[in-house]
Amino acid sequence: MLSNAFEGSGEINVRRFIVKNVTPYEGDESFLAPPTERTKRLWDELSALLREERERGGVYDIDENTISTISAHGAGYIDRDLEQIVGLQTDAPLKRAIMPFGGIRMVRSSLEAYGRRLPADVEKVFKYRKTHNEGVFDAYTDEMKKARHAGIITGLPDAYGRGRIIGDYRRLPLYGADRLIELKEKAKANLILDLMDSPTIRLREEISEQIRALKELKEMALAYGIDISKPATDTKEAVQWLYFGYLGSVKEQNGAAMSLGRTSTFLDIYAERDLKSGKYTESEIQEFIDHFVMKLRIVRFLRTPAYDELFSGDPTWITESIGGMAQDGRTLVTKMSFRFLHTLTNLGPAPEPNMTILWSQRLPEGFKRYAARMSEATSSIQYENDDLMREKFGDDYGIACCVSAMRIGKQMQFFGARANLAKALLYALNGGRDEKSGEQIGPELAPITGDTLDYDEVMRKFDQVQEWLSKLYISTLNVIHYMHDKYCYEKLEMALHDEQILRTSACGMAGLSVVTDSLSAIRYAKVHPIRDERGLIVNFNIEGDFPKFGNNDDRVDDIAADLVRNFMSKLSRHRTYRDSKPTMSILTITSNVVYGKKTGSTPDGRKLGEPFAPGANPMHGRDANGCVASMRSVSKLPYDSAEDGISYTFSIVPSALGNTESERDENLVSLLDGYFADGGHHINVNVMSREVLMDAMEHPEKYPQLTIRVSGYAVNFIKLTREQQLDVIHRTFFDRF
Amino acid sequence: MTSESSMGYIHSYETFGAVDGPGIRFIVFMQGCRLRCRYCHNPDTWEFKKGSPVSAAEVLSRILEYRSYIKRGGVTISGGEPLEQHDFVLELLRLLHEYGLHTAIDTAGSLPLGKTHDIIETADMLLLDIKELDARDAIALTGMSSRNTLDTLDYTRDIGKPVWIRHVLVPNVTMISEKLERLADYLRRYPNIERVDLLPFHKMGEYKWEGCGTPYTLKNTKAPSADELERAKQIFKKAGLPVK
Repeated sequence: MLSNAFEGSGEINVRRFIVKNVTPYEGDESFLAPPTERTKRLWDELSALLREERERGGVYDIDENTISTISAHGAGYIDRDLEQIVGLQTDAPLKRAIMPFGGIRMVRSSLEAYGRRLPADVEKVFKYRKTHNEGVFDAYTDEMKKARHAGIITGLPDAYGRGRIIGDYRRLPLYGADRLIELKEKAKANLILDLMDSPTIRLREEISEQIRALKELKEMALAYGIDISKPATDTKEAVQWLYFGYLGSVKEQNGAAMSLGRTSTFLDIYAERDLKSGKYTESEIQEFIDHFVMKLRIVRFLRTPAYDELFSGDPTWITESIGGMAQDGRTLVTKMSFRFLHTLTNLGPAPEPNMTILWSQRLPEGFKRYAARMSEATSSIQYENDDLMREKFGDDYGIACCVSAMRIGKQMQFFGARANLAKALLYALNGGRDEKSGEQIGPELAPITGDTLDYDEVMRKFDQVQEWLSKLYISTLNVIHYMHDKYCYEKLEMALHDEQILRTSACGMAGLSVVTDSLSAIRYAKVHPIRDERGLIVNFNIEGDFPKFGNNDDRVDDIAADLVRNFMSKLSRHRTYRDSKPTMSILTITSNVVYGKKTGSTPDGRKLGEPFAPGANPMHGRDANGCVASMRSVSKLPYDSAEDGISYTFSIVPSALGNTESERDENLVSLLDGYFADGGHHINVNVMSREVLMDAMEHPEKYPQLTIRVSGYAVNFIKLTREQQLDVIHRTFFDRF
Repeated sequence: MTSESSMGYIHSYETFGAVDGPGIRFIVFMQGCRLRCRYCHNPDTWEFKKGSPVSAAEVLSRILEYRSYIKRGGVTISGGEPLEQHDFVLELLRLLHEYGLHTAIDTAGSLPLGKTHDIIETADMLLLDIKELDARDAIALTGMSSRNTLDTLDYTRDIGKPVWIRHVLVPNVTMISEKLERLADYLRRYPNIERVDLLPFHKMGEYKWEGCGTPYTLKNTKAPSADELERAKQIFKKAGLPVK
C-alpha cells in the first residue's frame, strides 16, 4: 500500500512515479464540477482587480523598494478566507516586483514609463553590483551591436531574464525540500575531480546556489505558515507545494517565458487517491485547481513599453503540457487533464496558463472532442504533436514558452530569439548593406547588378550571408548566456533539475514565408529590382505569377523546407557555449509586426514595413486553396531541422467549421488528426469571427476576457497594441461562402 | 497517369469543406453550368471549357495528398454543374471508391436523367439544390424549369440514395411562406432525404458578376435576418423534415 507520502527516499525519478501510478481516463467531461461559491467570490474579487489594472493603463501597482528574491516579500493574499491555494509574488495581488539582476537599466526605464523612480538605495546597490545586461555589453563586439541595432538578429535576451527554463516543480511535493537539499549536498560532495577546471568550479558554485535557493524557498513557504520540508500528503498539499516551487521561481526570475511543465497528470495521482479514500470530493479537487490557476493568471513582470511592442499582451508563458501518451502505449490523459481545461469554463477564458495539449492520434476520443469543444468556446488552447516529440524527448517532456520541447528536469535551453532571414536576403542583394540605413552590416559582397534577379546568383550570395549570419548569431548567444549564468543564474529552477543536463542553444528564424515566396518569385516569375539614389535595391517590380507557400505546392514548399535545413546546418557548425546543442525554432510570437517594420520591401511583393506572417504561417491572403492546403505546406517543414518548434496559427470562423456543434467538434478533431498525422508540429486554434474582433477593438470594455491565440501563446485581445490587433484581423481567416 | 483517363475542366479546389457533406471534405469545383440563377455567387463557374483540362487521375492524386484529413469525411464534386462533365466525374467517382473515399455530388440536377443516372448510382450521396418548385418561377429565377431536378429527386428515392436538400432563401423571391410550405410539403414524400440545409442568401459573390456580361438583379435585396431564417426553419421542422 502507498504511504501518505508517495516516495521521499531513493533517487529522483518523477517519470517512474507517474508511469507506475497514473490512472488513464478514457471517459468524457461529465464528471466535472462547477465552480464552488468560494471560487466564484474569489474570482469576482480578482476580476475587479484585473479591471482596475486595465483602467490604470496595464500596471496595477509596483513595489519599487524591494529587490525581489525568493523570500524578499512577506506573505500576500487576494482574500485569505477564500483562498485554498496561497502565495503571491509580492505582498499584494498584481503588484509588480523589481528584478534587476537581468538588467538594472530595464528596471529603471520600466519604472519611469509608469511614473516611478528607482529608489536611491536600490540605485546604490547596483553601483557596486553588476547585472547580466552590463556583462553582455562589456563583451559584445561592434559587429554584434550593429547586427542587433539593424534588427537582423533581434529579440535577444540581453537586457532581462532569458527564461524558457522549466523547473521540475513536481519534485517538491514528491520528495519534499529537505530530501532535495540532501541530494544536492551529496552531488556537490561527489563533485571533487582531479582537475579543478572552470566547468567544475562553476558547477560547484551553481550547486551551492541551488542549495541556498531551496532553503530560501522553505523560508518563503513558512511565511505562509506552511512547511514544505517533507513530501506532500494529499492533493491540496501537492498543488500547494508545486505552486510554491513555481512561485519561488517567478519571484527570483523575470524570464521571458516562465513555463510550468507537465504537472496535471502528476497531480491526478494524488487526486485519484484522495477521491478513493473519500478525503476530497470532485468539487474540492476542482476548487484547488481553480484557485491554483487563478494564481497563475496573475503572475506579473515589470516590462518596458518597447518590450510590449515586441511581445504584446503582458505574456508570461506559463505553459502547462497536458495529455500525451506514455511509452508503454497507455494514454497520460487523466481526469486532471480535463480539470485544467475546465478552468476555462469555471473562470472563463484567459491567456494564462498557456494550455498546451500534447496530441497523439491515439488520445482517447472523449478527450479529443472535449479539447476541440473548449477550443471552439475559448480559443485559448494550443496543440502540439506528441507522436513527433515523444520519439525525441520520451514521455516526460514539457513545452517551454510556445513550442520548445524539453525533458523535464533533465534539459534546459539557452533562449536565442531569432534571426531575420528576410533582411538577410536583402543583404544578399545589397552587398551586405542595410536596405534602410545604407550601413554596411553584413559581409561586403559585390551587390547584385542587372535588371532581373537571377535565382542562382541570388542563392549563392544569400548562402554567403547566411554563413556570416549563423556564425555571428551563435557567437552573440555565447556572450549572452555566459553572462546570464554569471550574473543572473536561475538558482531555484536549476535546483529542480538534475546536475547533468542537456543544454541547447535555441536559435530561431523569422520571415520564413516572406523569404520563401521571394525566392519563388525570383525563380518562377521575373523580378526587376528598383534602386534608389544610394544604389540600394529598395523595391521590386514583379512580372508574372509564381507559386506561393501555403498552397501545398511542392515547387515552393520545397524552397521553404530547404531554407530551414540549410540554415540549421549552418548553425550547427559553430562552437556553442557550454557545449550546448544548437537547435532552431520557426516562431515569431507577436514580433512579426516589429520585424516587418524594420525590414524593407521584399521580392515577394511585401512592402517596406509591412508585417511578416507569424511563425511558419504562409503570408496572409496568399493561401488560396483552403486551410488544409495551408496546413499541408506547413507540415512539410522538417522538424528534424527545427527541433525547437514550428509554430502555425490557424483562425477560422465558426460557421466554416460545421453547421452544428457536434459537427464542429468532429471536424476540428479530424483537422487536428490530419495535420499531426502528416507531421505538423504545432497549431494555435482560434474559432471566432472577424466581426467580434473588430467590435472588441472599438469596445474593449465589452470583452475583458476575449482570448486569442497568436503564434505560440494566448493573449487578451484587448491588451494587444492597435497595430497587432489589425495584424490579427488581416491575417487569413478561413471562411467559406 | 493513364492516357485514357478522362479530361475535365475544373474551376478550383477547396481543401477544407466542412459544410458540404459529412465530415471534412475535399471539394472539386467543376467549370461550366447552364443555369443562370439570379443569386449565383460563383458566376465565374458558368462558362464551359474554360482553362486547361486535367485528367481524373491527376485530380485523384491531388486529392490523395489530403487523405489524413478526409478519411472520416470524403470528397464532394461541386460546381458549376458536375453532371455536365459526365465521363470525367464518373471516372473520378470510381477512382475515389478504389481508395475507399466517401463521395458526394453537389448538383442542381439540371440535366435529364438519361445522361446522369450512372453518376447518381455511383456517388455515395447527393447534395441536391432545389432552387424553385414552381416551373414558371424556376425559369424566371434560373433560366430553366425544375423538371430535371425533380426527376433526379424521384430517382434518388427509387434507388434509395441518401440526399441532402439545399435551398437558398432569397427574401421576396424564394423566401415566401407559401412557397416554403409548398416545398416542405413536397419533400415529405422522400424518405431518403437525410437533411435539409436552408442557405441564407448573401452577396459575397456580387463582385464576381462584374465582367460576366449579365446584370446582377439582386443589388437591393438584403440577406435574411436571423428571425426570418428561424421562421423558415420552423416551416420545414413542422413538416417533420431534418432541417439544420
